[in-house]
Amino acid sequence: MADTPIIQIEEMHKWYGDFHVLKDINLTVNKGERIVICGPSGSGKSTLIRCINRLEEHQRGKIIVDGIELTNDLKNIEKIRTEVGMVFQHFNLFPHLTILDNLTLGPIWVRKTPKKEAEEIAMYYLEKVRIAEQALKFPGQLSGGQQQRVAIARSLCMKPNAMLFDEPTSALDPEMVKEVLDVMISLAQDGMTMIVVSHEMGFAKSVAHRVLFMDGGEILEQNEPNEFFNNPQHERTQLFLSQILD
Amino acid sequence: MEETITSKTTVEIRPPVTNIGVIGWMRANLFNGWFNSILTLAMLYLCWQTIPTFIDWAFINANWVTTSDQCKASDGACWSVVTSNIRFILFGFYPHDLQWRPLLAVVILVGLLIYSQNRNHWKKSLGYIWMTGLFVMGLLLKGGLFGLESVESNNWGGLPLTLLLSVFGLTAAYPVGIILALGRQTKMPIIKSFCVVYIELIRGVPLISLLFMSSVVFPLFLPEGMTVNKILRAQVAIILFTAAYIAEVVRGGLQGINRGQYEAAESLGLSYFQTMRLIILPQALKIVIPPSVSILISAFKDTSLVVIIALYDLLKTTQTTLTDPKWMGFSAEAYIFVALIYFVCCFFMSNYSRRLEKELDTGL
Repeated sequence: MADTPIIQIEEMHKWYGDFHVLKDINLTVNKGERIVICGPSGSGKSTLIRCINRLEEHQRGKIIVDGIELTNDLKNIEKIRTEVGMVFQHFNLFPHLTILDNLTLGPIWVRKTPKKEAEEIAMYYLEKVRIAEQALKFPGQLSGGQQQRVAIARSLCMKPNAMLFDEPTSALDPEMVKEVLDVMISLAQDGMTMIVVSHEMGFAKSVAHRVLFMDGGEILEQNEPNEFFNNPQHERTQLFLSQILD
Repeated sequence: MEETITSKTTVEIRPPVTNIGVIGWMRANLFNGWFNSILTLAMLYLCWQTIPTFIDWAFINANWVTTSDQCKASDGACWSVVTSNIRFILFGFYPHDLQWRPLLAVVILVGLLIYSQNRNHWKKSLGYIWMTGLFVMGLLLKGGLFGLESVESNNWGGLPLTLLLSVFGLTAAYPVGIILALGRQTKMPIIKSFCVVYIELIRGVPLISLLFMSSVVFPLFLPEGMTVNKILRAQVAIILFTAAYIAEVVRGGLQGINRGQYEAAESLGLSYFQTMRLIILPQALKIVIPPSVSILISAFKDTSLVVIIALYDLLKTTQTTLTDPKWMGFSAEAYIFVALIYFVCCFFMSNYSRRLEKELDTGL
């Protein structure tokens, strides 16, 4: 793993009104690094990754993505969003467009790729998430797991330098979790930089370089997975792990 | 305790004959309980009493092409009031021997509307076809070029005027309404408050007063010697009025769109306008097809209010016919005829909207 930082967060704070959601966040993610963030609900983990592509605004500190600092400059925000893919808990596919059109939308309108080429890219990634035969269906006709795989493929079509996953499997029926995790694992094997908010501890163990534990808007602990799970330092980490791993 | 499940070949059993077919249907829908049975019988009696009388009046004893005196002598319907005055009802004061021109214009317009129904035709070329069509229609109505005699717009009237006001009013009001709805949703305070004030102001005022202002008050503010065509003024008033209603309906549709759709679009790097155009509006407008069509239908009928500024639309030409002493007293027949024309147009709109809804349904 080359030590070129792709995401740098320095002393970042965020408030919702008076409520201090994120407190003094410092995080550097290098190219090719895979990070899993876990923590109890309301701990700010989703908010943190949503700050990285400016779906949420931070009020203090710095976020630098791919050498570009996030400010109010719309051009920069749009640039960063094209470089960082995002996968949502509820998939958020565009229900009025076919799967293929969902995938080609970004390349055609943002990257100005010719339609034919965009469709080739789309089919390549649909192949990769093993769902190519559904290309002409609408999202409503697919199962949750299939929709989430399409959502991952949609992000990949933008050829992002990093991918953010916001609880990608928590809205899925249990039997569909694996098919999505498999896609994410194969993505990891290709060397994609990933930040994943998830409670899938098996995934964290096998794929992550680092696991972060957040609570109360702070990063309380971070470590490589073995150490993190077998030897948690912080008392709240221990409590959290004991609750989800029982 | 465990139950053993035995499998046996199922014999197909038909439902009892009283539950299906005509008898079943009648039982379920007409004679379902004593109260409904009485209602059914009462309605049948009412139909038996009224329908034959109406048919006698409207068809059997009716006068189709007669003079008014013959009409007065008969007790059937006098459709002659329509047939004798059809050209005035349809074309108003348009010069008599030039009336093929508005007729052709209406035919072109209807043809264009029917052609545009098909979603496969929604391409760039459709825009050019419409532009050409509009140019030809304008040319036909106004004349003055290519050897066509010029006809002042004061003489336009009847069906072409009604269709002109409605089709342009509605097609122009829709985009204006969308812009107003988006404006009302933005975070930019000046644009937002302008849109709110506009929408609330227009919705708080009857169309008649807007038409009146456009025709009487507005010209007072124009510099001396400058005039704006009366039809155009009415047209603008109709557009502004309808747009305010459309805006509120569209806003309702926008609120029905999940926040996640915006986020997904934004996280792909789409700009605000791309997000709106490609993701949000297509979904929001689909949701609001039924209420939009209600507005379009009522706006279409409201165009008849232009009578108060002395434009001779379809309804006004009909009324004028009835002021002719020869044909006084046959208003029922004349109004039934106009009502039919309005009904056909409205039915076309609502039918089309239902079809569109079905075609655009993608299962979510």
